[in-house]
Amino acid sequence: MNWHRIRTIAVADLRQLWQSPDFWVPMLVLAALFFVLIPLNLLWVITRIGSVEVAQRLSTVLDVLPDTALQPVRDAAPSTQTAYALAVYLFAPLAVIVPMTISTAVGAASVVGEREKGTGEFLAHSPASEREIYMGKVIASLLPGYLTALAGFAAYSIMVNLVVGPKVGGWFFPTRSWWVLMLWVIPPFLALTLSVVLRLSARVRSAAAAQQASGLVTLPLIILSFGQSSGALLGRGSSGIVVGAITWCIALAGLARGGKSVRRARLLGVDIG
Amino acid sequence: MASVVELAGVRLAFGRSVALDGLDLDAPAGEVTVLLGPNGAGKTTAIRVITGALRPDAGTVRVFGLTVDGPDGEEVRRRCGVVAAKPALYDRLSGYDNLAYSAALYDAPANRIADAAARFGIEHALDLRVGGYSTGMKTRLALARAILHDPDLLLLDEPTSGLDPESADAVLALIDELAASGKAVVMCTHLLPEAEGLADRVVMIEAGRALAAGAPHELAARYWPNPRVDLRVGEGAVRVDLDDIDEVGAVVALLAGAGVEVNSVVPYRPSLAELYRRVRSER
Repeated sequence: MNWHRIRTIAVADLRQLWQSPDFWVPMLVLAALFFVLIPLNLLWVITRIGSVEVAQRLSTVLDVLPDTALQPVRDAAPSTQTAYALAVYLFAPLAVIVPMTISTAVGAASVVGEREKGTGEFLAHSPASEREIYMGKVIASLLPGYLTALAGFAAYSIMVNLVVGPKVGGWFFPTRSWWVLMLWVIPPFLALTLSVVLRLSARVRSAAAAQQASGLVTLPLIILSFGQSSGALLGRGSSGIVVGAITWCIALAGLARGGKSVRRARLLGVDIG
Repeated sequence: MASVVELAGVRLAFGRSVALDGLDLDAPAGEVTVLLGPNGAGKTTAIRVITGALRPDAGTVRVFGLTVDGPDGEEVRRRCGVVAAKPALYDRLSGYDNLAYSAALYDAPANRIADAAARFGIEHALDLRVGGYSTGMKTRLALARAILHDPDLLLLDEPTSGLDPESADAVLALIDELAASGKAVVMCTHLLPEAEGLADRVVMIEAGRALAAGAPHELAARYWPNPRVDLRVGEGAVRVDLDDIDEVGAVVALLAGAGVEVNSVVPYRPSLAELYRRVRSER
């Protein structure tokens, strides 16, 4: 495989995406909502609850967490324990949903979009191999979701430390499990999702159909990754590493199979289905 | 001259629809080979088969002596420049970015972009988004993109489609110039006047099959085996079929003897339109 060509295809796709604020502005709003606004509101309210009764009622959510989870805030007030638990454990799935939504939206339109706009003809006649075109599309779909997740993660970290940090004795976030989640668990889940989405994009007749089909197909994957990412954070020691490693294996197998779905004939629109 | 493109017995069907039905085609270097045929004849499919974008069900495709469907496909495509029936440009990117994308994919130096754009008179619009281009500008940008990597074979599918007559003439002149510089050019069209004078070779296609192929004068000789001359006599003109070209002198003498003034004698050369009609009527 020629990585220069893969990079060229990915950069061209990303540049087109950048030129489409009608696409990325809503995605940015979604990320801001999930990573900053909703957690900020909840955490700010919880850390300022005056009523002991309300705080105790809220802290019942902590019962679902293993004993070791609240070790760093064992002696803190119930409202602080609740805020800590929400910040470290319960918002984790958001870090999965946002990049998956963005990458799925980009990936669903990637191959069928070339066909609809007629630009598939250019790629079909180009020296790039079908696998290079596929990999370029995977990278161009993965990066917007993953980079948004990283930026959201950074913003979330700052916000959590500013709001909850003073109550627990200083900056405490990100925890080791969060680093594992962001750098090791989320990328393969994105790659796995895209291996499915791009196969759909290569086979359907329109971008609208691709979006609909991708939504249905990726829903189980989102639920699975939601559960697995929570498990990676809540589980003992190396559970995140194990979840990530298994997902990488499945994702690489999915990408290898998915690579066969992008064919020149499909870029031209004469071999669909 | 050696053939750059050689198609032999190429068959390709999409389900029950047969696009190419045993197509034979040769295109040498330094010449313009025009694929003539009605819509749906298989011209576009033929171009797609030549670059390996579509794989035939049967038959052989060799380009530059290489087999397209295999490891040599990349080498073949790298040496081809294609202008599709629709320009296939990225509307959200600027003209420059479209050319830079192609340059990077075809390993062409980026410093050729300005020259290629200038050659087709599009250099002033390179910073603008292609979505705002006129049809003519898009076609010229697509042509600039096709020659950017200095291809040995140019495949042009209706390259003047949507152009005003002036731009179309300029494009046809450039195609002629590219062939003169040694490139092989294969051009599809259903516009006979466009091909007239430009085609070194003509392949008339119908229902995925070549009805006739050769240089226009060869086809004329094949379909009008007896010599014909146009005689300008007085205010009018007469077309005369002869058994032998040497009979011209006798005919002129006969007419002069009868008091008819013969102003000129011109060997008859059928237009492509006449050739095309003749070939189709005899299929």
